[in-house]
Amino acid sequence: MSWFNRVRNSLPFVAKRSTDETLWIKCKGCGEMIFASDYADNLYVCPRCEHHGRIGADTRIAMLMDEGFTLLPQPEVKEDPLKFRDSKRYTDRLRAARASNPHRDAFTVASGAIDGQPAVVGVQDFHFMGGSMGMAVGQAFCDGAAEALRRKCGYVVVTAAGGARMQEGILSLMQMPKATVMVRKLRAAGLPYIVLLTDPTTGGVTASYAMLGDVQIAEPGALIGFAGQRVIQETIREQLPEGFQRAEYLHEHGMVDRVVHRHDLKGELATMLRYMRGSKAA
Amino acid sequence: MLTFLDFEKPVAQLQAQIAELRAANLGADGGDQIDMGDELAKLEAKSADMLKGLYASLSPWQKTQVARHPQRPHFRDYVEHAFTDFMPLGGDRYFGEDHAIIGGFATLRGRQVMLIGHEKGHDTQSRIKHNFGMGKPEGYRKAIRLMDLAGRFGLPVVTLVDTSGAFPGIEAEERGQAEAIARSTEACLALPVPMVATIVGEGGSGGAVALASAERVLMFEHAIYSVISPEGCASILWRTAEKAADAAEAMKVTAQDLKELGVIDRIVPEPVGGAHRDPKAAIRNLADTIDDELTTLARQDVTYLQERRADRFLAIGT
Repeated sequence: MSWFNRVRNSLPFVAKRSTDETLWIKCKGCGEMIFASDYADNLYVCPRCEHHGRIGADTRIAMLMDEGFTLLPQPEVKEDPLKFRDSKRYTDRLRAARASNPHRDAFTVASGAIDGQPAVVGVQDFHFMGGSMGMAVGQAFCDGAAEALRRKCGYVVVTAAGGARMQEGILSLMQMPKATVMVRKLRAAGLPYIVLLTDPTTGGVTASYAMLGDVQIAEPGALIGFAGQRVIQETIREQLPEGFQRAEYLHEHGMVDRVVHRHDLKGELATMLRYMRGSKAA
Repeated sequence: MLTFLDFEKPVAQLQAQIAELRAANLGADGGDQIDMGDELAKLEAKSADMLKGLYASLSPWQKTQVARHPQRPHFRDYVEHAFTDFMPLGGDRYFGEDHAIIGGFATLRGRQVMLIGHEKGHDTQSRIKHNFGMGKPEGYRKAIRLMDLAGRFGLPVVTLVDTSGAFPGIEAEERGQAEAIARSTEACLALPVPMVATIVGEGGSGGAVALASAERVLMFEHAIYSVISPEGCASILWRTAEKAADAAEAMKVTAQDLKELGVIDRIVPEPVGGAHRDPKAAIRNLADTIDDELTTLARQDVTYLQERRADRFLAIGT
């Protein structure tokens, strides 16, 4: 059985309620209706236009890792340190996000292997408050790096975020240097740090750990940038070029090494890890 | 002419009254018609009290306005009054020279340092030249180069942070704004020499962090430091930029709040009425404080400095 079939079979199937909504899914790329099971079988890539859909942490981990991985516990961090409230309380927003997500925050870490290569994989989930980076995300990133250091293996991080979590104010901004400290530790230990940029990765996440990989890869069509497109347009009052801030555009401008189709990700990551074993890794 | 801020209106009115009285009392010979010395002194004292009262309890949004005051001292003022022998060094060696981020050799009270900071400009022409203090990738890459230089030649790094944020533009994105900021943050963390960063005006998001990931972070009394501008936060979470004052309050952007959160180490006092009312006094305060910090840090070895820098950030959130 190829890894692709194995992954396909291990993926949690879409809810089995037989309503039209769950049977059919409208592709966000081409607008075509796709049979939900076909979509899941194809790793949430549209079979017609190749649009790569956004996926959660569990699906991503199952897709990239060999069976038998373990999930790291979600870190304990101070919750709502600023007692933040806009139109809603931050604690209410958190509660709502947790009610519709299997995880307590936007960054989940699994320790295991990718096609036999020992690896720790950290995945950011855009569905959890826009993947935004707060203290829980920053700490989970660091925990993942610490696990890679402990196991002397590579660290693969899958990014997806609108940016920093505003409800944690300056403390979210401080996650940028915090995560960077751990990237430096991986580097000092001679361990590979690979970043997979997925749709969308912007703001403070891009301007820290998402751009510091030894190797940078991106999924096709992923939006990747520092500033948001609306902000740029308001600042310069010019039309944005075709394909601006998309994965292919970043590749063309030398910011990512490879743009890789979701079907090929696991194989490519394993190959990279094999090349980057060096002398220090286990 | 001093530009008054909205919330300073009562002081502005009183000052206008005083000026009017003075003018009305001016005789044809240039002397006073009647002796109003006492009266004027009383009014002046009242105005000073009022200003003191206002500045003792500024709201986060009022502080934002003070931090952005056009007459607040900028990089060039610090260079002129706090440092000697500033020798700017230009270019990132890849693309170009960015005037929003300036750096070079400088001497502070006899101590040789590498000075790096944002420059916003002081009039229309200079603001355009310095791109309103919004750095581009080449600016952050220049900072990286200068930090590397400082590290190799044992010069402590002093940064003055004053930016609304890194420049959001097409070319900036093309040339890797995010990557440049990430690497600049990393360069701070890697420094084998002491680093003291000061938020002197606005500390805007990643564009500020890139020059402020130091073991000692100072902040002026009325400066602000935040993950996004109050207006930006308001337009996303409240769906209108008009709620900026609420956003500033909620995000905790003031030096006093950030000291309490452990994000900054030390608050540098400003003269009554803000740094723009007495720039030289403000600059002197900052020079004293940086000098004091560098004296303490000079005794530490490389490992200690790097570990302390790493530990302070790792501790955030735990």
